[in-house]
Amino acid sequence: MSNWVEVCATDDIDEEDVIRFDHEGRTFAVYRSPDDKFFATDGLCTHEKIHLADGLVMDDIIECPKHNGRFSYMTGEAKGAPVCVDLKTYPVKVEAGTVFISL
Amino acid sequence: MSHIVIIGAGECGARAAFALREKQFDGQITLVGAEQHLPYERPPLSKEALLHGHAPKLVSEADRYTEAGIDVLTGMSAESIDAAGKSVRLSNGNTLAYDQLLLTTGARPRPFPGLSGNHHRILTLRTHGDAVEIRHALQPGKHLAVIGGGFIGLELAATARKLGADVTLVEGLPRILTRGVPEAIAAVVAERHRAEGVEILCGAKIKGLSEDRDNARLLLEDGRTIAADLIVVGIGAVPNIELARDAGLLIDNGIAVDGHLRTSAPDIFAAGDCCSFPLAHYGGRRLRLEAWRNAQDQGNLAAANLLGAGEAMSSLPWFWSDQYDLTLQIAGLAEGASQTVRRDMADGAFILFHLDADGGLIAASGIGKGNAIARDIRLAEMIIAAGVRPDPAALAAPAMKLKSLLAA
Repeated sequence: MSNWVEVCATDDIDEEDVIRFDHEGRTFAVYRSPDDKFFATDGLCTHEKIHLADGLVMDDIIECPKHNGRFSYMTGEAKGAPVCVDLKTYPVKVEAGTVFISL
Repeated sequence: MSHIVIIGAGECGARAAFALREKQFDGQITLVGAEQHLPYERPPLSKEALLHGHAPKLVSEADRYTEAGIDVLTGMSAESIDAAGKSVRLSNGNTLAYDQLLLTTGARPRPFPGLSGNHHRILTLRTHGDAVEIRHALQPGKHLAVIGGGFIGLELAATARKLGADVTLVEGLPRILTRGVPEAIAAVVAERHRAEGVEILCGAKIKGLSEDRDNARLLLEDGRTIAADLIVVGIGAVPNIELARDAGLLIDNGIAVDGHLRTSAPDIFAAGDCCSFPLAHYGGRRLRLEAWRNAQDQGNLAAANLLGAGEAMSSLPWFWSDQYDLTLQIAGLAEGASQTVRRDMADGAFILFHLDADGGLIAASGIGKGNAIARDIRLAEMIIAAGVRPDPAALAAPAMKLKSLLAA
């Protein structure tokens, strides 16, 4: 049974951008890609637990604001040093202008 | 089988070793380091490692070296290089023959002028061992004196306050952070330190340092004496060039390399804190960077060029410093700027954009809580690299997204 949690309105995230979403003591990063699709990952970088939502989204990449570690926010794949552990990703759906993630 | 030897097992040397494998080098790699630890990250030494007394934060765990087939010789230093015969003599008497050599020998703390011999209460901070020693003295009721208002000294002061020690910081120049940090940002840092109880003495001339069994003493030229449990000298670093110099390599404020990190000797490259290189974005001006990201960037670049990629250094200088809950970040070189534009952001954070006479962005310096300024500094770095001449009014307007200036 998936547990869909409401995150925000689609308009709350700009294209090619990210927001932080906290839920029940956990923190997530929710992204809107340049081609207007939505994605979600764990909120903290796997290198030094920095909030990724303060980082920069470029195409399909989120770059950590602290040490420039890069991940694909679509697949969670770590893209090289200093990050070597992938990010966990979560399913996302959009219904009637609202973004939900499955936890 | 081709053999690449890397002398210096810090961030840069380790990065280069792994990058060689990532780029499919299938020869032998030997990484030689004087310290007993595997390569570890130095930025935490003035921060988390001091605060929590952690073991060193390794760049990579031991099994990753094994998996990658990287031979690491710890506790081993290189004594000399035979550039003509292409070999390195090690401190255990062995000789390593190489096909190509990478020098990532780093830097060491600049000693206090005139101070010689071993001291127990007058220390410097560069290694994990230094951090362990310093940590012993950082307790409530203890007094730390820091010489030098640069990043190391200030980060150490912030950590010492968190651990409850009293701190006096002595800077010879009229303000802290004179090297590369704009005055407005240095003022925010100084104000915060004072609010946290750090005594900062600027323009202070030091006459001498001494220690006995119970105390260290710092004597100022104005006659004042500061007694402390510990003095830490943080007045910069000097590059470890001796090995290269004795092998006849060209030295110019560090081991001189070209834009591809090649030294003056065939088949020898150098990277990281130990080398000076021409910076393409700033008219080929030669400089040496002591910075974590530069160590990473140049480690990667050296690996590529050891394998014949022929890539030129293209990354920009980039620094950060964490003190209390403040982070400052600087991208580019502000020297020679003819105009500065300030962008004020939420919660007291701000960024200064430094423009040259043609309106090109050459640097951005920011400070704020947490990572408030990180994204915009990163975008500024991309604007600098792209050679964009941004509209100053747009830079000053926080509502205007910097990303839109990059796309323009």
